[in-house]
Amino acid sequence: MAKVLLEMRSITKEFPGVKALDNVNLKVEEGEIHALIGENGAGKSTLMNVLSGTYPAGSYSGEIYYDGKLCQFKSQKDSEAVGIVIIHQELALIPLLSIGENMFLGNEIKNKFGVIDWNKTYYEAEQHMRQVGLNESAQTLVKDIGTGKQQLVEIAKAFSKKVKLLILDEPTSSLNDEDAKMLLDLLMEFKKNGLTSIIITHKLNEIIYCADKATIIRDGSTIETLVKGVDEFSEDRIIKGMVGRAMEDRYPKREHNVQNEVSLEVKNWTVHHPLYPERVVDDNISFYVRRGEVVGFSGLQGAGRTELAMSIFGHSYGTGISGEVYLNGEKVSLKSPEEAIRHKLAYVTEDRKTNGLILDESIRFNTTLARLDKVCRGGIIDTDKEVQVAEQMTREMGTKTPSIEQRIGNLSGGNQQKALLGKWIFTEPEVLIMDEPTRGIDVGAKYDIYCLINDMVSQGKSVVMISSELPELLGMCDRIYVMNEGRLLAEVNAADATQESIMGYIIRDTAKA
Amino acid sequence: MKTSYSSVVLNFLRKYTMVIALVVVFLLFAQLTGGRLLYAQNMSNLMLQNGYVLVMACGMLLCILTGGNIDLSIGSVICLVGGLAAVMISDMSVNPILAIVVCLAVGLLVGVWQGYWIGYVRIPPFITTLGGMFIFRGLGRLVLDNQTVAIQDSTFLNIFTAYIKVPGLDDGEVIYSALIVGVVAAVYVILSTVKNRRDRAKNGYRQNSAVSDYVKAGLIAALILYYCGQLSQYRGISVMLVWVLAVCLIYNFITAKTAFGRYFYAVGGNEKATQLSGINTNKIYFIAYANMGLLAGLCGLLNAARVGSVNGSTGTSFEMDAIGACFIGGASAYGGSGTIGGVVIGALLLGVINMGMSIMGIGDSWQYVVKGGVLLLAVIFDVVTSRKSGKG
Repeated sequence: MAKVLLEMRSITKEFPGVKALDNVNLKVEEGEIHALIGENGAGKSTLMNVLSGTYPAGSYSGEIYYDGKLCQFKSQKDSEAVGIVIIHQELALIPLLSIGENMFLGNEIKNKFGVIDWNKTYYEAEQHMRQVGLNESAQTLVKDIGTGKQQLVEIAKAFSKKVKLLILDEPTSSLNDEDAKMLLDLLMEFKKNGLTSIIITHKLNEIIYCADKATIIRDGSTIETLVKGVDEFSEDRIIKGMVGRAMEDRYPKREHNVQNEVSLEVKNWTVHHPLYPERVVDDNISFYVRRGEVVGFSGLQGAGRTELAMSIFGHSYGTGISGEVYLNGEKVSLKSPEEAIRHKLAYVTEDRKTNGLILDESIRFNTTLARLDKVCRGGIIDTDKEVQVAEQMTREMGTKTPSIEQRIGNLSGGNQQKALLGKWIFTEPEVLIMDEPTRGIDVGAKYDIYCLINDMVSQGKSVVMISSELPELLGMCDRIYVMNEGRLLAEVNAADATQESIMGYIIRDTAKA
Repeated sequence: MKTSYSSVVLNFLRKYTMVIALVVVFLLFAQLTGGRLLYAQNMSNLMLQNGYVLVMACGMLLCILTGGNIDLSIGSVICLVGGLAAVMISDMSVNPILAIVVCLAVGLLVGVWQGYWIGYVRIPPFITTLGGMFIFRGLGRLVLDNQTVAIQDSTFLNIFTAYIKVPGLDDGEVIYSALIVGVVAAVYVILSTVKNRRDRAKNGYRQNSAVSDYVKAGLIAALILYYCGQLSQYRGISVMLVWVLAVCLIYNFITAKTAFGRYFYAVGGNEKATQLSGINTNKIYFIAYANMGLLAGLCGLLNAARVGSVNGSTGTSFEMDAIGACFIGGASAYGGSGTIGGVVIGALLLGVINMGMSIMGIGDSWQYVVKGGVLLLAVIFDVVTSRKSGKG
């Protein structure tokens, strides 16, 4: 049996009015990849913040033994000193600084006069970058490399701090499947060299793929720890632990009620990059959606799916847009989001926090924003009617909140997503485009969103779903379009397709290029 | 039980911080000046001296709502528009009504100019209006030919500075019309509260507690009665006061009740999300600054009429008073939050401090120090308390 590197014993952490962690135990052995799983709000991040010293010793009860010693970290600096490094979900890199500068931020290599030694900084930075397989110059600005590589910079940065225990909070949530797999492979590679990691993720397939053990946390308590090779180690088993019951079907069934009429048709759609107009982002794309149909768009990040959706939605993205849009057989010109909304097209944005919601405002404010005129008389807001509308949408979406006056930024990810969906359903769309509708939300909330999608199409509306999760597309869609590098590769019936067949299109196409 | 009690108190303090601060400062100066602050004449002047700040601050709030953006050019626009009015009326004998229309049009034009660059070309507001500050100050001096120009035209002055007198009613010492207006306004406040509560009850909407609603209405009514009572002791209601109140009420209505007003909050909260909700955000920026120009024009006229003359340094640093009033009144420096009510209280707080210290014979220099201190304190308090309550 390997040496126990970390043991957290009966950790309890209370916030005013809430017990976020209740007697949580976690044991991590040296050289393993340990997954930490739980629904949103289960307490995973809180536990890691306790470990890293973000919540200082004394603000919680319980004990942390690291490398056999009882530790009381007062700050993140303390935990880093012994080799515990946490990489947060939102990358903490400064875009306008170089990779090297970012890696040694707050930890600068100085000569005896206190002046930064840039030569050594960049030399060391590149050493660590080679370790993680990042072939860039350390002087490249962070903004000029992709999200996948930025994640690698974070890991290289951890290495520069002589990491022994690496904690990754949702490391793949903003990566496409290919980059995500690369990252996991890298972790497994490091494992061989003795690095221990804790990985927090919602993506169960990743856990099955790379983790040795999985500890499940529910409602602030540890439920169980599953060991690969000893216990049953499958997605279904893990979900059962997470939600406390077996989830029969992750995708709710629906009657197939696809009608013949085409509600949205796009012909020869071409979009150019707004800053580099010579670059084609979407190249001559044609597709259609029928009434009562869920159509998926699959592809890697950068395939041009979001750009396609946004450019159709009132030219919200890109320049030099050409092509035709037909709604219910009629050719329309949608030059602004306002026109798109008036033509009963809705676009539920990919990133709810930056593009979707006004976080500082209430659910009520957000719900009516896109169609304020519906609660107005002569430009004057009928507050009582607005309250009614917001309450109705909150009820219909199943958003859990104490009140519609709740600041929307205080809701959990899943509830924010439901509120955002409510905002767009309030615009009474005939065609609803949803961009990554379940990113970063837990299994239960996902199921609710799927049910709402089924409701929409059963009313004869159409849903276009852009998602990076293939199982989700296969589970929910009637047809799937496959895109790569701005081109439409294939159109497949979801019933006949498999993850492998869809990835096959993409990989073959990438190999050609 | 204790925690809920203290959280109620904390909530109340947070919600009415600035109202409480205003009351405390007011009582403090009433005491320090031996009651002279409360003289009818001073009470009347409090609103008139600060009228221009209130008008500017209403426009400035819209700019600040869009994302903490400010307009630095107002003082210069006040000089330019005031100068135009003075030169047209005094030197060129233009019909005063025509002059007023032209001046407001020039203010609006200035706003349109700045709004265009800010809204449609996306030049940062700070730079655009800093440019405007220099440009319009220079143009103002050119118009005035570096002279001080007085305005004596009675039509012009009456439109902005006369006191309302109803013949037969207001001939004596006491101006009864002010009292009547006060009583009507106070009754209106109470009746509208009653009606509002009744409507809500009928529709089954959530009610505030009856005590808090009626106490609030009662206090406001009492305040109106007291103020009008004071006015009736000193020359009655000024036209200037009517202008200022009209502007405040209109902008309060726009920001609180209309869809158009809400868009300013949305843009300041998250511009990208607002854009994708089908709202033309460029237009919102444009209108914020175009409107600011119009109100700056109105201020130029109010100020020219009140002072009676215009010169090249008229309006210098007036914009800072407006910005200060907004931030003291709780507007967020990042945009997206703030109310006209708060701004009015912020402006009055500055006004009471100014007047109180003037009555006490404390010089300008100290007034600056105190004003700056109050501004900083107000914002520190706001930031610290909102951090404690877990917001932001």
